[in-house]
Amino acid sequence: MLKPIFTFLAASLLLVGTASAETVKLALIDPLTGPMAAAGQPAFEHLKYEAKRINANGGLNGQDLEIVGLDNKVNPQESLVQLQKAIDDGVRYVTQGNGSSVASALISAIEKHNQRNPGEEVLYLNYAAVDPAFTNERCSYWHFRFDANADMKMNALTDHIAANDDIKKVYLINQDYSFGQAVSKAAREMLKEKRPDIEIVGNDFHPLAKVKDFTPYVSKIQSSGADAVITGNWGQDVTLLVKAAAEFGLEAPFFTYYGASSGVVTQLGDKGVDRIYQINEYYGEFEDPEMAKRQTELYEQAEWDFYYLRLSTMLDMLKKSADQAKSTDPVDVAKAMEGMKLETTTGEVVMRAEDHQIQLPMFISVMKDDMEYGAEGTDYNFKKVARIDREAVSLPTTCRMRRPK
Amino acid sequence: MNDITAVAPRQNRFSWRALSPWLISAAVLLILPFVLDSGTAFTLMNVIAVNIVFALSYNMLLGQGGMLSFGHAVFFGLGSYAAMHAMNAIDEASYAGEGFWAHIPVVSMPLVGMIAGGLVALVIGWPFCRRAGTAFAMITLGLGEMVAAAGQMFPSVFGGEAGIYGNRMVGPQWFGLELAQAADVYWFMAFWTFLAVFAMWAFTRTPLGRMSNAVRDNADRLQFIGYPPRNIRFMIFIASGSFGGLAGGMAAVNYEIITPESLGLIPSGLALLMAAVGGLGVFYGPIVGAIVVSLMNSMLSDYTEASILYVGLVFLAIVMFAPRGLGGGIEHVRVAAREGTLGKRLPGWLTGAVAVVLISLGLVLLIELLFQWRHGDDEFAQFFGLNFVAESVMSWVWALILFGAGVAVMRVTKKFREDNA
Amino acid sequence: MLEIVIFSTLNGILYGLLLFMLSSGLTLIFSMMGVLNFAHASFYMLGAYFAYTMGMEIGFWPALLLAPILVGGLGAMVEKFGLRRVHDNGHVAELLFTFGLAYVIDELVQLIWGTVAVSYREPDYMREPLFTLFGTDYSIFRGVVILIAVFMFIALWFLLKKTRVGMMIRAALTHGNMVGHLGHNVPRLFMGVFGFGCALAGLAGVIGGPLLATEPGMAVTLGPIVFVVVVVGGMGSLIGAFYASLLIGLIQTFFVAIDASIADILNAFGMNVDPYGEVTGITLASLAPMTPFILLVLILIFRPRGLMGELEP
Repeated sequence: MLKPIFTFLAASLLLVGTASAETVKLALIDPLTGPMAAAGQPAFEHLKYEAKRINANGGLNGQDLEIVGLDNKVNPQESLVQLQKAIDDGVRYVTQGNGSSVASALISAIEKHNQRNPGEEVLYLNYAAVDPAFTNERCSYWHFRFDANADMKMNALTDHIAANDDIKKVYLINQDYSFGQAVSKAAREMLKEKRPDIEIVGNDFHPLAKVKDFTPYVSKIQSSGADAVITGNWGQDVTLLVKAAAEFGLEAPFFTYYGASSGVVTQLGDKGVDRIYQINEYYGEFEDPEMAKRQTELYEQAEWDFYYLRLSTMLDMLKKSADQAKSTDPVDVAKAMEGMKLETTTGEVVMRAEDHQIQLPMFISVMKDDMEYGAEGTDYNFKKVARIDREAVSLPTTCRMRRPK
Repeated sequence: MNDITAVAPRQNRFSWRALSPWLISAAVLLILPFVLDSGTAFTLMNVIAVNIVFALSYNMLLGQGGMLSFGHAVFFGLGSYAAMHAMNAIDEASYAGEGFWAHIPVVSMPLVGMIAGGLVALVIGWPFCRRAGTAFAMITLGLGEMVAAAGQMFPSVFGGEAGIYGNRMVGPQWFGLELAQAADVYWFMAFWTFLAVFAMWAFTRTPLGRMSNAVRDNADRLQFIGYPPRNIRFMIFIASGSFGGLAGGMAAVNYEIITPESLGLIPSGLALLMAAVGGLGVFYGPIVGAIVVSLMNSMLSDYTEASILYVGLVFLAIVMFAPRGLGGGIEHVRVAAREGTLGKRLPGWLTGAVAVVLISLGLVLLIELLFQWRHGDDEFAQFFGLNFVAESVMSWVWALILFGAGVAVMRVTKKFREDNA
Repeated sequence: MLEIVIFSTLNGILYGLLLFMLSSGLTLIFSMMGVLNFAHASFYMLGAYFAYTMGMEIGFWPALLLAPILVGGLGAMVEKFGLRRVHDNGHVAELLFTFGLAYVIDELVQLIWGTVAVSYREPDYMREPLFTLFGTDYSIFRGVVILIAVFMFIALWFLLKKTRVGMMIRAALTHGNMVGHLGHNVPRLFMGVFGFGCALAGLAGVIGGPLLATEPGMAVTLGPIVFVVVVVGGMGSLIGAFYASLLIGLIQTFFVAIDASIADILNAFGMNVDPYGEVTGITLASLAPMTPFILLVLILIFRPRGLMGELEP
């Protein structure tokens, strides 16, 4: 049993100091093994797939993009070890998405690293950590977010709910930690402002990833007479919740943040149809042939769906910045990326310079059967219900960006 | 627990022989930074240092006191939180230029963690220590789950999911150590690890340390001769909690961030894993375990997506075939060398090693093939220079042949090994 | 209000019965061999995955029968080739073995069936409502689960109390050596009990899979709660495990159903505290999943032998 230990010990010695200058390395620091791997693996495959396209189109300012996967087991401390490994390996671009705790650790570590090591700056491209603080009071020059933050998503979602006069009673159910509490708070404030007549008939918190049986919560929702449920739940917490609701014949729709994340469609099947809505930057219809091609190819190659349009946007913007700056140095690229505009399949998106928060249109979609491009090999996918324009999604920021001289 | 040998008999006279391991390890700690040259190496060393103290403090409970705990991370995490809050207090106080904390250097944070860990153990420990064994294991499991959940519930203390973070480059500096890079932090880590390991070793030589072995081996007899086992367990619990907190304080300075998940079952399980892999019965066993498990945790996943499976298999193999752990193995060789029987025993051991290598090669190949068959390419298989294809029957046959050959060698040489033992 | 009480009771009983199916096997193993099997929930998970794979070929009902048998056989092998080896090194070594085994099984499941959940569902006809009350459906499947669990409880009771094998098992619980001296093959009995316990976990998995979810994390989250049931119920007491399961199931559901925070309760007793404070604002609903562990610690401090147990662990 000692053999593997020795081999990788030897390998780790070899690894030290083998940075090559030809490629630009982008390190994905996300869970790639263990119980949370289903969250990190699709992003990894997605990035590798998109990198091929970028490289076929000339790469970043002529240099090839290489994706390096580093496993952090969603642990902030382990992420810092992996970050150091990446830096030693010559990585100057880091991306991560799962867990605000990890994002928080990376932001402060990269900020310190860049301060302590001028000339070796590292850029952090955040594709899914949605804590609004990262582009408000904790904003950092070295951090760019390519996903709408939690408040922006709620802003779009409440616009949609406010426009629907049938909804009079809303139930909130969220995970009991900082993100879930932020979702609940934003929902209450924004609904109060947009539709004072809507009554919040329940505001539940349950522990993160601990509840196996959601039926008691569903009974409560049922007896409250809610017309709609809003939840920020992700992973098993959203699947089990909607599944329990379907089994008890609860008719109210579920407005979710992560209804289309991996595994949900497979487990819900027809229980999710017309019941589960999601707010995201994209949906599952793929009427753009280019996007349809990507969906088909990615699923054939890696058995993951084209869920992260924002990863494509992120790499396209990275390419555009590098080409514009005629450099792949993070300092130049960061400068070029501020205020960058990009035309995507859903419309124009802007990387706002004041807080490095992307501004983009969002979509409400609902799960349907018999879709042309089914998710996860099923016939189900998310069909567009409404588009919320970029200006309507946008929120002001409190960020006071400290730019390096 | 009878297989756990007691530590070497007390030596009253001063001897260089007893001192030599300490001198050697101090020398290694001093020389290492001049051999290592990458930030990764220093970062890994720092992680290993934290884990060494954490695993050793855990072994005070399990190896020496016979108390199996599933909640040791509570002390580690709370110690870390205390140190982090203290670090932020230093930050604020030195900004204002006055106050008690303005005079405290960050270098002393492990002491803050130690006090916190000890206090927590003191407050909650008494009802827990009535019994060892399963009852203790279960009650610590419950404690761990409760504290971890509380960590998410009180954001003002624990900072919610994002945790609390700080800056180690504040307050008065000692010895010009500004703690900017991992290489600076190394000296801090080396100092505290050496001190903590020495203190924990010294603890085993105190009457209380001896008593903890007694309470592990036969609590009833201890009761009869007038030492209530519960009191002894309580004292071990406090000592172990203090050192767990000290490791937490070291972690706070190293990572500059602490999150509630550090309090949970996963880090507690890690402590158990490290101690058991290294060996519960040898004092330095957990040190070996901490080094091996930390490296596997941070490096193995670069080569294979089945890394956790390998860690689990190594653990399982050690529990089944080498219950004394890696440290026990080293101790075997050391004793043989001292008794001059190494030459006689070595051939037997080598046959065993050949068998183990063959079996593990076969297993690794099997797992990697399984992986390729289910999920496509994996770098580990290529790393061996073996581009086996999962579709071809021959590669599966090869894996089985390797495995079978290993088992055969193990069987055939069994008698040879026993004769030369 | 009435509907909440009725459905909370039904849900609590259903969840409690599922817990009991899981913990009854563990209680048997624990009381006989003194091993708290950390991998027990992993066998539960294997049951669900086996039934999923078999169910696609042979249908739900045959899988309900075959999957537990397969899991039981696997459990027996684990006992024979693994646990028995480490038995001589004491209970801690045995516990460590099952701890490592849980790791390995969880990873193997991910390796074989993938990291994403699989679509293991009950047959279509069982999704129809059994009855509808206050606009809420109660599916046939849930009724079937309750029936299976109750049937299992009765069968288990009959097996232990009325058959010769049951007599041997009960004798071996308290007087293992004596049973051996009388010429019975105690190691084989151990193997049988371990396999049987795992089969019960597998059966729970076949049912729990469609009821909750079949995914690689299903063992990790349920594992500790099963321990709680066994310890709270009392070591070696099947009846104790039954009561403890129902107790935990009902407490959890009712805590969720009661919409009150700590401040509401204190204020009801005439105290005046801030209803939105960090401590006082905590609701009972958010505490619900913690109640098993609070119960565990309290029981171990104040009544270490559990609700119905005769021996302290």
